[in-house]
Amino acid sequence: MSGHMNLTLKVWRQKDAKAAGKLETYEAKDVSPDMSFLEMIDVVNESLIKKGVEPIAFDHDCREGICGACSMYINGHAHGPKQGITTCQLHMRSFKDGETITIEPWRAKAFPIIKDLVVDRSAFDRIIQAGGYVSVNTGVTIDANAIAIPKEHADNAMDAATCIGCGACVAACKNASATLFLSAKVSQLALLPQGHPERAARVEAMIDQMELEGFGNCTNTEACSAECPKEIGQEHIARMNREFYAAKLSSSKTK
Amino acid sequence: MSWFTQTIFSTSVGRKVIMALTGLFLCTFLAVHLAGNFQLLHNDGGKAFNLYTVFMTSNPLIKTISYVNFAFILGHVVWGAYITYKNRQARPTGYAYNDPGKTSSFSSRWMGVLGTMILIFLIIHLKDFKMAYLGITHKLDLVTYTLDNGDQVEVKNMYDEVIEEFHEPVVVGIYVLSMIALGFHLYHGFQSAFQTLGLRHPKYTPVIKSAGFIFWGLIPLGFAIIPLIIFFCRN
Amino acid sequence: MILDSKIPDGPLAEKWTKHKFNLKLVNPANKRKYNIIVVGTGLAGASAAASLAELGYNVQAFCFQDSPRRAHSIAAQGGINAAKNYPNDGDSVYRLFYDTVKGGDYRAREGNVHRLAEVSVNIIDQCVAQGVPFAREYGGLLDNRSFGGSQVSRTFYARGQTGQQLLLGAYSALSRQIHAGKVKMHTREEMLDLVMIDGQAKGIVTRNLETGAIDTHAAHAVLLCTGGYGNVFFLSTNAQGSNVTAAWRAHKHGALFANPCFTQIHPTCIPVSGDHQSKLTLMSESLRNDGRVWVPKAKGDKRKASEIPEDERDYFLERKYPSFGNLVPRDVASRNAKEQCDLGKGVGTSGLAVYLDFAESISRLGEDTVRARYGNLFDMYAQITGENPYKEPMRIYPAVHYTMGGLWVDYNLMTTIPGLYALGEANFSDHGANRLGASALMQGLADGYFVVPYTVGDYLATIGPKAIDAKHPAFAEAKAKVEAQTKKLLAIKGTKTVAEYHRELGHIMWEYCGMARNDAGLRKAQVLIQELRADFWKNVNVTGTNEELNQQLERAGRVADFLELGELMVVDALNRSESCGGHFREESQTEEGEALRNDNDFCYVAAWEYTGDNQPEVLHKEVLKFESVKLTQRSYK
Repeated sequence: MSGHMNLTLKVWRQKDAKAAGKLETYEAKDVSPDMSFLEMIDVVNESLIKKGVEPIAFDHDCREGICGACSMYINGHAHGPKQGITTCQLHMRSFKDGETITIEPWRAKAFPIIKDLVVDRSAFDRIIQAGGYVSVNTGVTIDANAIAIPKEHADNAMDAATCIGCGACVAACKNASATLFLSAKVSQLALLPQGHPERAARVEAMIDQMELEGFGNCTNTEACSAECPKEIGQEHIARMNREFYAAKLSSSKTK
Repeated sequence: MSWFTQTIFSTSVGRKVIMALTGLFLCTFLAVHLAGNFQLLHNDGGKAFNLYTVFMTSNPLIKTISYVNFAFILGHVVWGAYITYKNRQARPTGYAYNDPGKTSSFSSRWMGVLGTMILIFLIIHLKDFKMAYLGITHKLDLVTYTLDNGDQVEVKNMYDEVIEEFHEPVVVGIYVLSMIALGFHLYHGFQSAFQTLGLRHPKYTPVIKSAGFIFWGLIPLGFAIIPLIIFFCRN
Repeated sequence: MILDSKIPDGPLAEKWTKHKFNLKLVNPANKRKYNIIVVGTGLAGASAAASLAELGYNVQAFCFQDSPRRAHSIAAQGGINAAKNYPNDGDSVYRLFYDTVKGGDYRAREGNVHRLAEVSVNIIDQCVAQGVPFAREYGGLLDNRSFGGSQVSRTFYARGQTGQQLLLGAYSALSRQIHAGKVKMHTREEMLDLVMIDGQAKGIVTRNLETGAIDTHAAHAVLLCTGGYGNVFFLSTNAQGSNVTAAWRAHKHGALFANPCFTQIHPTCIPVSGDHQSKLTLMSESLRNDGRVWVPKAKGDKRKASEIPEDERDYFLERKYPSFGNLVPRDVASRNAKEQCDLGKGVGTSGLAVYLDFAESISRLGEDTVRARYGNLFDMYAQITGENPYKEPMRIYPAVHYTMGGLWVDYNLMTTIPGLYALGEANFSDHGANRLGASALMQGLADGYFVVPYTVGDYLATIGPKAIDAKHPAFAEAKAKVEAQTKKLLAIKGTKTVAEYHRELGHIMWEYCGMARNDAGLRKAQVLIQELRADFWKNVNVTGTNEELNQQLERAGRVADFLELGELMVVDALNRSESCGGHFREESQTEEGEALRNDNDFCYVAAWEYTGDNQPEVLHKEVLKFESVKLTQRSYK
């Protein structure tokens, strides 16, 4: 086991949504390489409390990379410089002794800052509410094996469904676009027969909602997939685009 | 607004499809334009090139396409500017520390700037050549050729104009730099247009990406090499 | 108080059908006149909120997270059981029922468990219809695997993210109802008290975690779907925010708390690496199919694993349980690992770990096969520990994973407070003293999709659709109480942080009320917890104010409740001097050191009644009657 490290943190502090924020500098002493990034912040927070400074607010919950709550922009990368993981899965052994680490909140008009590193991602919920579901009531169903689904389709749908809704795609995108998030759900349900009856209405409604929330446009930089902790691929965006054209050209919705 | 205009104005995918379709059209235009430019390299004192310019400016079909082409350039620019504006709005406060180089290509992030460079070039280019040809900036000399069928035609000597321009180091420099910008623009733009159109497939996308080399590599190289050849090898 | 489980009469397999017919119905036109509050949006909460809204009720749903999709159900890895018998290997509703009752070491109700097994098949149909991408075979039909020592393959799964996919399915159903205006969703809003009028649950008090605003909400019924309380141990596989507050504050209003000491400890977790540790990460127990568990034979052997020769290793599970070997149930595997570490044979820097070695499997099957089976788990292990499990054995240690105890509920999932329901892990009802793998997801969804939508109607039809008077003084009183507690916490301004108290409580619980418990230890723990609780209220330092996002304040309230619950768990463990399932009393073991039940004295649900601050809780017993299943002693030799 390697030795402990001392780090300098530059952390975005902002009292509330309206206040102006700025980067504050803190020392993180005696950091174990086995700590997760969030545990390192825990330790810093404990020392801040002891000094009478208000601890850094940040979203986190499961700490095993699946709930999608943690959301820090670390040294210029969503969830830090390593790929395919969330901040809670990032360990301090990925940093060097003496390093300066800049920690900022997700930056997007659609994700307003609530406090420090905590942002409001309810726009994602509203996009799903616009149509990211199969309209099926509890109980009114047929046997689970009544419709065979090609394994390849089911596997591809799972690739998309693995999205944790963390917002790293938006944070990493130079345009703060939510296209990858949106496409993951559209693609999942487009690949499964259960999603077919509503596919046209779904993609139109969800894309309209994305527009209302103030996300930017996709420029196909592919940074979203590179920063996505679940490594959701660009093929889902292409599929969503196809769904969109098909819907626009064929649906009877004229307004 | 109809569903169609609404789609292309107020949905992000709709706006993008305008960029993709106009962009791809402009790619084909570049190929045709370059084929014409190669007429400059005939060692015939400019006959092939000058006759080609006549064909390009008088054939009704070509003339129609050229108007469409200008419209598409305009569309590409206007929509591009509008999208860039919307994108800026989507992130009012940027990051204090950002490191996008590891996760996306330079081209993809600088499309707006590269596009603007190409637009500026286009304006200079039109001023230098198109307006000269139309006789707005100055009158071109006339030259008479005998065609294969024996007919005599009198045409504007565009060839001399080009040769003259391409002996100006500044013009050649701007031209070459702009073609580099075009190369980067198309490095992202060409394959990105297919992605936007939803044309992505494990079998065909690699082909598209390879074919992209023609557009981001060979075509800008072809455009850039002509002024260089003229500058260094023709008097 | 007599605890009436309301289990219907008649043959086991007909009870639920008969009961559904006997339940009162609410007229479709009247449903919109009823308001229902659902607290928590995990599998149970999201499925209940969506299903009730579909029926026409007005639902208000609450979660403390920023989105309903983040509830900790999302972290369940392995799968969900259902008695579909697709593989044609002899499964049936009765077998799933039987396995669950036996796995729970005969401390669960037969009636509830049979109903769970019955509706399990509907859950799979429902989830597939929602677009949950379960694993499939090449023919396009659903794949099943065996799980948790079961003799049949009845577990449906979506890679190692089954909980995520099921939760997102329920979340999508919930989202649809939010869009339809039938569910009003309150995110970042935590329930801090229950409002009671005339002995019935009529609303809740919440704190808006963004603004600090304390509000009251009225409803005809309140459903607590707030999960388990494993975080009382500080370190567990639970999410950081998982807490007992909603259930505990309902308990203080008279909802009995059942079997609080029944805790499941999962054997294959990544060991603690230092004091900074904030949570423990579980790895699927499928690893034990191919990994061999061992420790050095010599105490304090600090050599690297590769330097310890074969004859100096003790494969203790294979040695002690020749027929089941490394595949003994969770509680047995966990206890044995602890025993080896207590003997001083633990490995790693902390000495609190045993090896899980794949060397033999890799040499037999090849690294590629092992990678195909466990690649994602190996990657996760490497990510967390920085070690390569293909080259050196994994180190594992047990961790608190699930709490079988919870609010006492009857067959209708109603607590002892009329109008207050508890669903999912928040109730105690289906898993007895030990939960089988892949059964938690099943229970959460069964309660939310297929049980409560029927049973809540019975109560609502009884009380009638008259609007709840939001101006009733009970609301103002409850709100004032919450405000007072918040002020009190902020005013202490002591010297110790909330996390320090939480960690200390966790140490006490793990040490004395963890994998093995004894009379003296439990008595000591009770005193220690009382002292710690008294100190907390004198010396805790909660920074900031109420009127802002204040994570210290949120946690302080939760830890305050854990400090009370912890004592009750100890009291319950002390009372239950038998061993059963996950509850191992050292005084009650067979000659071979196995858990020894005492069916004569303890075949009951221990339901505890709150009687006042710092007052001893009163025990009520619901005697368990077994009509279909014969009680036997488990043996894995």
